[in-house]
Amino acid sequence: MDLPDKDAPLPETLSAASKDDTLHAFREMLRIRRFEETAARAYTRGKISGFLHLYIGQEAIAIGANLAMQPGDRIVATYRDHGFALAQGCDANACMAELFGKKTGLVGGVGGSMHFFDREKGMWGGYAIVGNHVPVAAGHAFASKYTGDGAVTLCFLGDGAVGIGPTHEGMTLAGLWKLPIVFVVENNRYSMGTPLERTLPVADITARAPGYGMDGDRFTVSDPFQVRERLGVAIKRAREESRPTLVEILTYRFRGHSMSDPAKYRGKGELEAFRSNDPLELVRRSLLEVHGFSEDEIEAIDDAIIEEMDAAAVFADESPQPDPEHRFRNIIIPTPTEEA
Amino acid sequence: MPSLQIREALRDAMREEMARDDRVFLMGEEVGFYEGAYKVSQGLLDEFGPKRVVDTPITETGFAGVGIGAAMCGLRPIIEFMTFNFSAVAFDQILNNAAKIHHMTGGQFSVPIVFRGPNAAAHMLGSTHSQAFDIFYAHIPGLKVVSVATPYDAKGLLKSAIRDPNPVIFFESELMYGVRGEVPEEEYLIPIGEADIKRPGDDVTLICWGQSVPTALAAAELAQAESDLSVEVIDLRTLRPLDEAAIIASVKKTNRAVIAEHAWPYGGVGAEIVDRIQRLAFDWLDAPIGRVCYDDVPMAYAENLEHLSIPQREDIHAALRAVAYRD
Repeated sequence: MDLPDKDAPLPETLSAASKDDTLHAFREMLRIRRFEETAARAYTRGKISGFLHLYIGQEAIAIGANLAMQPGDRIVATYRDHGFALAQGCDANACMAELFGKKTGLVGGVGGSMHFFDREKGMWGGYAIVGNHVPVAAGHAFASKYTGDGAVTLCFLGDGAVGIGPTHEGMTLAGLWKLPIVFVVENNRYSMGTPLERTLPVADITARAPGYGMDGDRFTVSDPFQVRERLGVAIKRAREESRPTLVEILTYRFRGHSMSDPAKYRGKGELEAFRSNDPLELVRRSLLEVHGFSEDEIEAIDDAIIEEMDAAAVFADESPQPDPEHRFRNIIIPTPTEEA
Repeated sequence: MPSLQIREALRDAMREEMARDDRVFLMGEEVGFYEGAYKVSQGLLDEFGPKRVVDTPITETGFAGVGIGAAMCGLRPIIEFMTFNFSAVAFDQILNNAAKIHHMTGGQFSVPIVFRGPNAAAHMLGSTHSQAFDIFYAHIPGLKVVSVATPYDAKGLLKSAIRDPNPVIFFESELMYGVRGEVPEEEYLIPIGEADIKRPGDDVTLICWGQSVPTALAAAELAQAESDLSVEVIDLRTLRPLDEAAIIASVKKTNRAVIAEHAWPYGGVGAEIVDRIQRLAFDWLDAPIGRVCYDDVPMAYAENLEHLSIPQREDIHAALRAVAYRD
């Protein structure tokens, strides 16, 4: 694996961003990170159960995607979905309460970490069976083309999802029917605990794009503005020409696959090298070096976010569990004759 | 009243619903230019165009998922499986997406979709093409499951299925597309979840659906003629939700029941019905409930073996006699 250069200058897309944009991106990326660190602590205290897949290290992608989207566009994500929900503006309290399995959760406590949905915010899942959201996302794009609603669907998947059948079929149909969709493979170098060399026959995932009749774009994430720019091209292509794109973004997750994974499979020095190039750290450096923020100012922002997430954990902890009758709700929608 | 084949009744249901609601579209393999592998969609491409009659490549999980995704956006897809045997490769889409999305999203999204096509054995297609998926889908909370045996039921229930806000599995039969029956010219709907007494009787309740309906009716006739048994034939028409009230009312009248199903016995829909009857009508039963099913084997190609593995009129007659202690 090629390790990042520790002494690289700030990426141009980042240093060229305005002070307000940089501050906004920093705040939102940090919110995701602190949210997940809070969740990880709650998990170790037994407040959260099941699977908890952290997005730490990949935040620039969700934020960059959000910056590139327009109202009405859709995010369809995997089980590593907290970052997307927060980036889309979902309420942190509701997100945390969902992890705690509470009535006040984003979907009322029935979904948990892997099934975040918030239609109003453009957060269309939250899918936990690898690859099975790819045809569904293509279906959203099919509906956009059918109704002419002008929306673009962004479908995120991991490098581990590119080999499974539904991914292939969903991309085949999206290419065949020229659907307004952008497929984004977040290549975080590991399919659970297995490195790419042992899962991908060809390292470049976008090599598949021509086979689906799509354009491809492949890059290593540097910062959210770079992601905004690159996804912006693909989103424009989808919206204006109704043509799909396959984007591969090389990224890195700093935590294991899930909370139960100590990630012992990493190479020596690998984590440290990527940490030194953490997009969040680069955005922080940009605030300091380009926009004249002081360490104290940044610490104050961080403190406020930590406070927000601590409060979210308290909110979640103190929220009631779902009503017992709730287990029978939202399964079958009654028809008028059944209600009568 | 005009006489139609089941395939024509299904086509008319789709045509009427597509004319009524432009959110309704048909998608599947060979549904457009080829007009359906069994000609169920004959004429629809000409009438509605390729936007609403969508030919797909061979990608069941792909187009099942596309249908689900489109339904979540408010469209009303009809997804045709050339046979439900091919739905096995789309099973995850139906199990984990169609059936669960309304629940999993806390009610934010719904999936108003119909998956339709022929189910169970046809004639000499071998084991991979001769399976009944009744219990596979009826087992899943979040789905409705319909199985039709007459043109009248096919049209009225398919129209209801297309209008239903939930995902509906709609079973037809390759062997029965040519079955004729009267279908009213005026519009009608048949509610999902209501069984139909296809033949009234007093001595034994015979429960059937889909492919077993014509065989059950023939067996009832035979039982009347040869065994002097008056058999009440109940066509379930819907496997989920089950019309428990209709079954129990009939059993309380006849005190005996036989279930005829074109499907494997182990854990089948018939087993579910047996459970309901023993819990809800135990004191009314005068004999153990009879079941006539496929043999518990993969279906063979050879004509004699296939014939032996599928419930025949005589097998059902024998079961009716057994519960009436006529042997």
